[in-house]
Amino acid sequence: MTQSVKKPKVAVWKFASCDGCQLSLLDCEDELLAVTEQIEIANFPEASRAVIKGPYDLSLVEGSITTPHDAERIQMVRSVSKFVITIGACATAGGIQALRNFKDVNEFISVVYASPDYISTLDKSTPISEHIKVDFELRGCPIDKMQLVEVISAFLKGRKPNTPAHSTCIDCKRRGTVCVMVSQGKMCMGPVTHSGCGALCPSYNRGCYGCFGPKETANTSSLSSWHKKQGSDNDEILRAFRGFNAYSEPFRKESELHEKENTND
Amino acid sequence: MKKKTRTIKVDYLARVEGEGGLHIKVKNDEVVDVKLKIFEPPRFFEAFLRGRDYKEAPDITARICGICPVAYQMSTVHAMENAFGVQLDRPLRDLRRLLYCGEWIESHTLHIYMLHAPDFLGYPDAIQMAKDHREIVERGLKLKKAGNAIVSMLGGREIHPINVRVGGFYKLFSRQEFEPLIETLKWARDAALETVRWTSQLTFPEFEQDYEFVALRHPDEYPFNEGNIVSNKGLDINCSEYEDHFEEQHVEHSNALHSILKKRGAYFVGPMARYNLNFDRLSPLAQESALQSGLGKECRNPFKSISIRSIEVLYACDEALRILEAYEKPEQPFVTVEPREGIGYSCTEAPRGILYHHYRLDEKGIILEAKIVPPTSQNQKTIENDLKEFVPKYINLSKEELTWQCEQAVRNYDPCISCATHFLKLDIVHS
Repeated sequence: MTQSVKKPKVAVWKFASCDGCQLSLLDCEDELLAVTEQIEIANFPEASRAVIKGPYDLSLVEGSITTPHDAERIQMVRSVSKFVITIGACATAGGIQALRNFKDVNEFISVVYASPDYISTLDKSTPISEHIKVDFELRGCPIDKMQLVEVISAFLKGRKPNTPAHSTCIDCKRRGTVCVMVSQGKMCMGPVTHSGCGALCPSYNRGCYGCFGPKETANTSSLSSWHKKQGSDNDEILRAFRGFNAYSEPFRKESELHEKENTND
Repeated sequence: MKKKTRTIKVDYLARVEGEGGLHIKVKNDEVVDVKLKIFEPPRFFEAFLRGRDYKEAPDITARICGICPVAYQMSTVHAMENAFGVQLDRPLRDLRRLLYCGEWIESHTLHIYMLHAPDFLGYPDAIQMAKDHREIVERGLKLKKAGNAIVSMLGGREIHPINVRVGGFYKLFSRQEFEPLIETLKWARDAALETVRWTSQLTFPEFEQDYEFVALRHPDEYPFNEGNIVSNKGLDINCSEYEDHFEEQHVEHSNALHSILKKRGAYFVGPMARYNLNFDRLSPLAQESALQSGLGKECRNPFKSISIRSIEVLYACDEALRILEAYEKPEQPFVTVEPREGIGYSCTEAPRGILYHHYRLDEKGIILEAKIVPPTSQNQKTIENDLKEFVPKYINLSKEELTWQCEQAVRNYDPCISCATHFLKLDIVHS
């Protein structure tokens, strides 16, 4: 088939993940066909058996690095991509599977698999940025699909994506949701969590649980002491930081402090 | 003429959820080895659920799969409620069915239009298919969106919903707030009827096997969250007896455990199993539409699963409308749960088949042990068996055609490899 205008080539790569973030692209039901008129989906195995060879103008990377093979594969992705954008908490912070980073992975393998010898895995689940240069990290577990469309169009037009780094707490105030922490004493991660979901959980009568990871300059220790004052015990606070972004630096450091407190008791 | 030994190899299976491949070895026109290879990296959910609070579990298990998070949440909350001796009354229970309807519509429609149909019509993907069949693809996308509309309203968002808790929901909606959804679903039900007609006109390879179908069966409903585990070969058990009858095997070529029925071997879960075992529980409209489309009350050709998924989408639209039209807002969004030491079991019908969960909890509700058996790991052996039977029949096709047909045979099961690894790549080796 001949094409008069060359469309930018986009590839989607998967590492350890639940597939949810790349599904966000297929979940753009109203925009998908319009988007594919602007870009060429050159390599997206979840959606197509056709693979167009690289190099690619834009690579979207989902998932964390957890196997020796994947640690090599991500280098290949970088070498064939002009821009690399990580999509979601796994690629950006190691994901929920980074909970192994705080434990002995061999113990984990033997819990799940009868023949541990068959399993090839690294002792840590690490974000993509620990392995290669990443041009932009899109947060969320899962990512917000409209933010994804924004990031793709920004990169293809050569401008900075408009994805604010303030806290979820601010979004909550903006939408006029009554604070669930103040008014109902619920544990909420909103003050330290990166914007992106539109402050969803508090609008459903529950505290934020930190899907979008730490906001810029997150004051985690202050939030922990507030939770303590409101009656949360050390284990609860520890678990709150050990979620889908547990291996992001601010959350990791905070949870390690609480772990230490437990062992000192 | 072909050489005596052939290998059919697909390094990275496309249009399935997650990473897997296929390796088939043929010697003198006989299939000597079939491996559905699952190299999706393991993520160890059952290990890191240990030590977590029961309240966190539905949000954590949702992350096993971005395509069917509702299924994980449903199996989780039912297992916890089983452990704590809690039962939900009608309105909350119906809302859970409604949420599940949304996921079935979204997940099935994704598979029908975007993952499976391109095989039947000879396109690499739905985007290429849209160049010749734009209206069809647009209908699919809009129908999928209708399913997502349920999940994003009642669940909070399409992927990893946030409104499900042990005991019920965090937030409820009024009848009036649901009104726009009713209008959307009325359109969706018509589109689902069109989908049934459209899929029934596709061309299906002749391929029938003597499967053991396993699904839930409920006294008066098409199954979502409750019922006994039954089969067409005499199995009829409570889900707490699951591990007495099923076992998981760890094979070298797969990061997903293979499930088998003890002493009987491979079995078949998912839409075709549910349909064959529960035809009489479908709504009158879904039954009538199935019979009119020529499906019959029983189907043993997995290539026709695309039609059965369409029937289930129709049913889910019909059921969602039934629930919404009868809806009265419950007094409380959830029932109070008191944790206690114990063991909880559950099995619910994920879009791809039965999803078994088993937890052991301490007196505070902290998880001591978790076991999760997703549908795809239960179908792995059946998929391999299908390929063993299928390849010799079509051995005279060109390598490219045969490879594509084998991929299609795998996609019949809508395998979700992200789920199964607790799972896919095609290598057909002709030796």
